[in-house]
Amino acid sequence: MSERQRVAVRKTYKLFVGGKFPRSESGRSYLVQDSNVALASRKDARDAVVAARAAVKGWSGATAYNRGQILYRIAEMLEGRRDQFVGLGLPADEVDEAIDRWVWYAGWADKIAQVYGGANPVAGPYFNLSAPEPTGVVAVVAPSTPALLGLVSVVAPAIVTGNTVVVLAAEESPLAAITLAEVLATSDLPGGVVNILTGRVAETAPWLAAHMDVNAVDLTGVTEPELAADLERAAAENLKRVLRPPADAPDWSADPGVHRMTALLETKTVWHPRGI
Amino acid sequence: MTATTVSELSHVTGSEAALRAFLHGLPGVDQVGAEQRAAMLGTRSIKTTAKAWAIDLAIRMVDLTTLEGADTPGKVRALSAKAVRPDPADPSCPAVAAVCVYPAMVPVAAEVLRGTGVHLASVATAFPSGQAPLEVKLADTRAAVAAGADEIDMVINRGAFLSGRYLEVFEEITAVKEACGAAHLKVILETGELATYDNVRRASWLAMLAGGDFIKTSTGKVPVAATLPVTLVMLEAVRDFRARTGRQVGVKPAGGIRTTKDAVKYLVLVNETAGEDWLDPDWFRFGASTLLNDLLMQRTKLTTGAYSGPDYFTLD
Amino acid sequence: MGVFEYAPAPESRAVVDLKPSYGLFIGGEFVDPADGGSFKSVNPASEEVLAEVAEAGAADVDRAVRAARKAYDRVWGPMPGRDRAKYLYRIARIVQERGRELAVLESLDNGKPIRESRDVDIPLVAAHFFYYAGWADKLTHAGYGPDPRPLGVAGQVIPWNFPLLMLAWKIAPALAAGNTVVLKPAETTPLSALLFAEICQQADLPPGVVNIVTGAGETGRALVEHDGVDKVAFTGSTQVGKQIARSVAGTRKKVTLELGGKAANIVFDDAPVDQAVEGIVNGIFFNQGHVCCAGSRLLVQESAYDEVLESLKRRMARLRVGDPLDKNTDIGAINSAEQLDRIRTLSDIGAEEGAQRWSPPCELPDRGFWFAPTIFTGVTQAHRIAREEIFGPVLSVLTFRTPAEAVEKANNTPYGLSAGIWTEKGSRILWMADRLRAGVVWANTFNKFDPTSPFGGYKESGYGREGGRHGLEAYLDV
Repeated sequence: MSERQRVAVRKTYKLFVGGKFPRSESGRSYLVQDSNVALASRKDARDAVVAARAAVKGWSGATAYNRGQILYRIAEMLEGRRDQFVGLGLPADEVDEAIDRWVWYAGWADKIAQVYGGANPVAGPYFNLSAPEPTGVVAVVAPSTPALLGLVSVVAPAIVTGNTVVVLAAEESPLAAITLAEVLATSDLPGGVVNILTGRVAETAPWLAAHMDVNAVDLTGVTEPELAADLERAAAENLKRVLRPPADAPDWSADPGVHRMTALLETKTVWHPRGI
Repeated sequence: MTATTVSELSHVTGSEAALRAFLHGLPGVDQVGAEQRAAMLGTRSIKTTAKAWAIDLAIRMVDLTTLEGADTPGKVRALSAKAVRPDPADPSCPAVAAVCVYPAMVPVAAEVLRGTGVHLASVATAFPSGQAPLEVKLADTRAAVAAGADEIDMVINRGAFLSGRYLEVFEEITAVKEACGAAHLKVILETGELATYDNVRRASWLAMLAGGDFIKTSTGKVPVAATLPVTLVMLEAVRDFRARTGRQVGVKPAGGIRTTKDAVKYLVLVNETAGEDWLDPDWFRFGASTLLNDLLMQRTKLTTGAYSGPDYFTLD
Repeated sequence: MGVFEYAPAPESRAVVDLKPSYGLFIGGEFVDPADGGSFKSVNPASEEVLAEVAEAGAADVDRAVRAARKAYDRVWGPMPGRDRAKYLYRIARIVQERGRELAVLESLDNGKPIRESRDVDIPLVAAHFFYYAGWADKLTHAGYGPDPRPLGVAGQVIPWNFPLLMLAWKIAPALAAGNTVVLKPAETTPLSALLFAEICQQADLPPGVVNIVTGAGETGRALVEHDGVDKVAFTGSTQVGKQIARSVAGTRKKVTLELGGKAANIVFDDAPVDQAVEGIVNGIFFNQGHVCCAGSRLLVQESAYDEVLESLKRRMARLRVGDPLDKNTDIGAINSAEQLDRIRTLSDIGAEEGAQRWSPPCELPDRGFWFAPTIFTGVTQAHRIAREEIFGPVLSVLTFRTPAEAVEKANNTPYGLSAGIWTEKGSRILWMADRLRAGVVWANTFNKFDPTSPFGGYKESGYGREGGRHGLEAYLDV
């Protein structure tokens, strides 16, 4: 065996759409940390919405137990690739926190309906029950920092309840997002539940905000107030649910609370007479 | 729905299985919805001319009833006299529809009612329980008719009905109907014992298929007698039966209807459910006793403008 | 109608003591508007002018928002929840005590039958205040964290279809959570809100906690766009809801919207048919069909079509259209000439597009705004009357063959407020309810409301819930 230095096999960072890793249909890329990263176009956004919509029925129809197990599986897979994320330059603490966040949200899958729904004691002979349901397809602009924990903290609460997402990864830190896609792809998560686009938020986000088959937008990662306002205005056209960018920089390591889940839930109330 | 003849439905009574399939194939009744509809109709406000019209109609629909172990010829004679002339002070007051008594009292009542136009009804078939052999029930019926009753109020065998022996109930009604001859047959469902509106609807159809001329809610001898929602379900049944077969069947709520206000609510129910064809003593009756005096008092109030008191009406 | 004519049974209007004109209710007093503008509120059943009402301009709205802010900062915000509760209980009681007056006024100004204002609207108003009163001192137990805070000043804009009930849905949870409010009632039905202002005075509610600014769209716009408003709550058309959603973009204002609908009322062949027919009638003719959650699309299983349609027509022939104050009236007046025009236009389009129109014979009064109960058969999903909200007593009848087809058709709309299911099969109800994209699903019943039961839509029917524990969320900083 000679001492010849091995030539590394480099990774091509592609998009993650419908459970597959396509290049941008535009054929464009941009350079991040010496890697070429796919630069998503409006057509990629469109395709991602189609994939997300197609996944809604199966994912929202899966049992909460099943969704919880899959989220937990994501944590297991992430744990196994911990070093890979550290190798991207992410702090080990952040990676650990991100793993734990998947575990935390996994446990919510079969509890949120109990905490957030319930029986209503109406003044009449009726059974009356309110239960939360996923709103559908959510377009998410992920925060740029912390690259992995921020991303997990916006994706997990959206999907744990049965939504599917199209995530615009942070423009400057997309490698963690695409590496996370590799985790998701090997975690029994059905294709299309999480779709990740890399590229310019200002280019693709307006298409998602205006897309009439998107039910909600999470603007957490939008840092430009003007862009956030434009996106919110565009979202009004079909009355998307809007999660505005936070007023103050969030503490991503704090207890997340339930509001990221509830903001993307609908409440359905069912009435039925009680009689013989 | 197209009108067919009763005989075209005869196949449904051909076997226990066919009858069961038919009765259980009738649309269900949602209890809450039916009760709300009846309650809503109970809020109709009937005033002035409409009220006067309704009171006179209600008087003409009363089956003035006494069904007590303590009934005597004297009591029945007095009741019959009152049936013919409910308000002795006012000749414009109409007579009631019928007098309703036990078979033993039929001859007494017949004597008073002969030629007056007031019908004579008698309960038969081991009233009120219906728990007697068929031959006894038929004999009971024939005796009442022979003594002068032109209407027979029979009770169905609730035990058989509740245990699903529909054909037995059907055949019993058919046999009694035959024993009635020309007399009209009212079939008492005893809805308070049937427990559900689904059962009330099925029993109504069963009684109509078997040839009953009237379906009647109750004997008055069990805790739950006539109610608005039960009557609503029965009115829907006679309405649908006529649409299906062309034959019109009457409805008689009995027991617990004591005030004019109640009676008017029933008339509204008839009007808005089965329709005006049933707003006639031939097609709708009240089985009642104390109701009559309240109707008379309200009638007087409308005429004189002052509230009346019980001392001014006859007690029997 | 037949032999049993119900003589007129009118509720006395003497119980309502209307003033010839009303000012704006700001800071606990009735005040004149800055520029002196006014408009008239008319009785839609007679076109008679009921009262002249001030029209609030931008300066008046500003004044009202300032009054609300002051009351929030100094009185209502710091007040212990148990005391806020007692004010709300007081209001609930006064509404009950003055129920008849409120019911008559509501019917006069809106045109709805007294039977509904008396038996539905006003009792629900009282119940709503009673329900939220009890939350005021229990917010820490509502599931919104250990110390949920109010938002501040709520700007609320409500529609004309349930004037006082919509006011209750807005004001009761806002006040319970510790907010103060500026509310704009609809321009055609401002009077019960003004009577409510008097009730606030009677309850000694601190000045500025509730402010009522009357006016039309411009007044509403000034309110929702006011910088001093922390929370916007709107019930009304989807079109205006979208404008509001755009106008608050980029602000920190919290928004809830309760908008239009085009609900499917789905009848299977095993339905309890008499109750289903009642549910269809109640679904579309309740409140003249001026109901955002009205069951305006009837989906009947083909195997039950003839039976259901025959029963429905027979039942419709019994509907009594006329004087809203007659206790026997089932369908009252259309709220305004403008709304009547819209109903007529869309109905004419339905006929032009080939649907078959049917109404029972019914005599409509000469004066006022009236529209006979109407059904269209032979309607498909492609007809405009199956897609657009008519907001009137007009039902579109469509058919389906299988449960999956029913779900597909029911969901095939940008709206998602409510839906109805009629079948005696329990498992099918649950299967359907899971798949219908609507905020309220009534199974074997329709148009039922309760303060404990969250109400609100999916998709373009808006967002946020009113009623129940969920209704608090709209008024808390969570």
